Amino acid sequence: MKIRAQIAMVLNLDKCIGCHTCSVTCKNVWTNREGVEYAWFNNVETKPGVGYPKEWENQKKWNGGWRRKKNGRIEPKMGAKWRILANIFANPDLPEIDDYYEPFTFDYEHLHTAKESKAFPTARPRSAITGERMEKIEWGPNWEEILGGEFEKRSKDVNFEGVQKDIYGQFENTFMMYLPRLCEHCLNPTCAAVCPSGAIYKREEDGIVLIDQDKCRGWRMCVSGCPYKKIYYNWSSGKSEKCIFCYPRIEAGQPTVCSETCVGRIRYLGVILYDADRIEAAASTPDEKDLYQAQLDVFLNPNDPAVIAQARADGVPDNWLEAAKLSPVWKMAMEWKIAFPLHPEYRTLPMVWYVPPLSPIQSAAAAGKMGVDGDMPDVRSLRIPLQYLANLLTAGKEEPVALALERMLAMRSYMRAKTIDGRLDESIAARVGLTGTAIDEMYKVMAIANYEDRFVIPTAHREWSEDAQDMRGSCGFSFGNGCSGGSSETNLFGTKQTKRPTNPMEIA
Amino acid sequence: MSTAINDALFGWYPYLCLTVFLLGSLIRFDREQYTWKTGSSQLLRRRQLRWGSNLFHVGILAIFGGHFVGLLTPIWVFDALGISHSFKQGLAITVGGIAGIACFIGIALLAHRRLFDARIRNTSAPGDIAILLLLWLQLTLGLSTIFVSLGHMDGHEMVKFMNWAQGILTLQPAAAAYVADVNPIFKAHLLLGMTIFLVFPFTRLVHVWSAPIWYLGRPGYQVVRTRFAGRRVPTPMSPARSPASVRPAVARPTRQPAE
Repeated sequence: MKIRAQIAMVLNLDKCIGCHTCSVTCKNVWTNREGVEYAWFNNVETKPGVGYPKEWENQKKWNGGWRRKKNGRIEPKMGAKWRILANIFANPDLPEIDDYYEPFTFDYEHLHTAKESKAFPTARPRSAITGERMEKIEWGPNWEEILGGEFEKRSKDVNFEGVQKDIYGQFENTFMMYLPRLCEHCLNPTCAAVCPSGAIYKREEDGIVLIDQDKCRGWRMCVSGCPYKKIYYNWSSGKSEKCIFCYPRIEAGQPTVCSETCVGRIRYLGVILYDADRIEAAASTPDEKDLYQAQLDVFLNPNDPAVIAQARADGVPDNWLEAAKLSPVWKMAMEWKIAFPLHPEYRTLPMVWYVPPLSPIQSAAAAGKMGVDGDMPDVRSLRIPLQYLANLLTAGKEEPVALALERMLAMRSYMRAKTIDGRLDESIAARVGLTGTAIDEMYKVMAIANYEDRFVIPTAHREWSEDAQDMRGSCGFSFGNGCSGGSSETNLFGTKQTKRPTNPMEIA
Repeated sequence: MSTAINDALFGWYPYLCLTVFLLGSLIRFDREQYTWKTGSSQLLRRRQLRWGSNLFHVGILAIFGGHFVGLLTPIWVFDALGISHSFKQGLAITVGGIAGIACFIGIALLAHRRLFDARIRNTSAPGDIAILLLLWLQLTLGLSTIFVSLGHMDGHEMVKFMNWAQGILTLQPAAAAYVADVNPIFKAHLLLGMTIFLVFPFTRLVHVWSAPIWYLGRPGYQVVRTRFAGRRVPTPMSPARSPASVRPAVARPTRQPAE
């Protein structure tokens, strides 16, 4: 047993209103630079839809994630190491920028300078890559916003696997949900596995997956390896970039920008202890449908004295062990079993989990044509097909998702009885395998969702690895060699010149 | 060409080029690794890259290997192996010619893409275009030497180049004399070749140094790094800290690729 800790995230999709605040704040902080205009470390998609980049979930097309070989071992779906190197000159699995979208800006200036005319002046789009006029914008990070576009195209969504999807194209039966997506900071990241330079690594102390910008050579295999397509090649710097889980904030005990600014309070951050020695076996589980359970088995109970002792021996700090006991992620994933990994069938053991959304009961049910279990509706008659959610979250296994939805409905039922009728109905809790106390806690964490309940983030022990004295006057967050971004006056190594702040003391 | 110019170009210029090549690469690697990259443009345009890049790279690797072995293997090794000069000359023309043509088709595709595709053209640094055209010119010169070589299939001209290259590498500038009377096309090819070494550290060519062959030997797939590897044992300076919280420093490697 080798215990490590990770700051994991849970997103409660039941409360996501699709406002894109997470995306915009993330964008403004991390990807508002040349080369990554098209990159959204966090984007919110409307499901069902093919998403961004187009059809990212279709691994028959993109070959992301892992596959299990006949001998029971796993290898990247792109192929073994020699296959990856053989494709290094031209990666056949790399999306083109049009699969994301060609980044653009608008001719705002024209609104100021347009001469008097009959038609109202408009600001037309212009490519941020070529600077040329763009007649039509074809795609974007939330192109299918609230079911935009024809069902015909959106129904290519692979989560329809095993669902009679045709009826969902009809207006009466249509359904939708939001899916905010970011890097999953996997336990078994394919991006790191396929990086020929070894530039992508997982941090032992908090599980954050990062790209060493100095070591990245731009072989761009990671873009294909990641099944979530959450690694972006910066066409300007020639390096790959990805969500860094706002590690400078996490280290200081602050939530990521997307979590901090989430107006719906849907995001949770907390410590998960896991057994690093079990990762490979869990990822190699024969049946895809067992991968969810296999990942649960990798997680370790922070209240178990044996786990605590071993974690201490493995160097997990005490404040992390304390935080692990209070972790909302642990509660949602392990105690209440209402959070699930995104596409466990990719065998990456993702660490950003999702609480499935409830949805309105179909009209058929409202007309009394469906079974109601007590006062709780049958989750199979919710508007979003259970199989669809299961395909998204549990590799198609419906039972765990059904139980989670039942528990969320039970929480409402129980709290309604408690606050409106003034009675504590333990039977509601018992029917879904919970207790009234557990539901009270669930209600506190999920419905009230106070800041301190959502974010339980222990600070990093930077004093263990560096001396603050040595860090005096050093650069903060920067690219390249310390404070140097590789550009100099003479620009010897040919990087793009960036504008510098001018010194007002300079003689004109 | 006067002897003085010949000595300067083929006796001293190679040392300038090699020095800048080695020192420049080293300094760039040390100081500005953030700029050390392949500079791939595949994301922006897929078209023409699959064929262009593969043909170009495979071709140029074959050509490079051929030059390396052909020029730098001591002549006595070939003699000992019983490989005649005329056979070697024929082999060089055949294999080099095939690889050269493949490479030429590849670089033509790449150059077309870089110059005429708006996305690539607008995102190219001047150096990207310059080095591509330089390589294209060098390849053209190299291919045209084949016609000269066909005129002396006994390989005696080739031996001159071997002597020159090996002389230069063994620090004998006088080796310039070996190439004093070769065809001007060869001279141009040699000069441009040395110049490519000269500009190498200042272009995207540096990615050649980083060819990730060792990836094949990486044990396992995953890379994990820790900051706590060289963790200091807390010094007894802070009496406030109870001994119970002082854990022994766990010595762990910075990378555990086997995991």
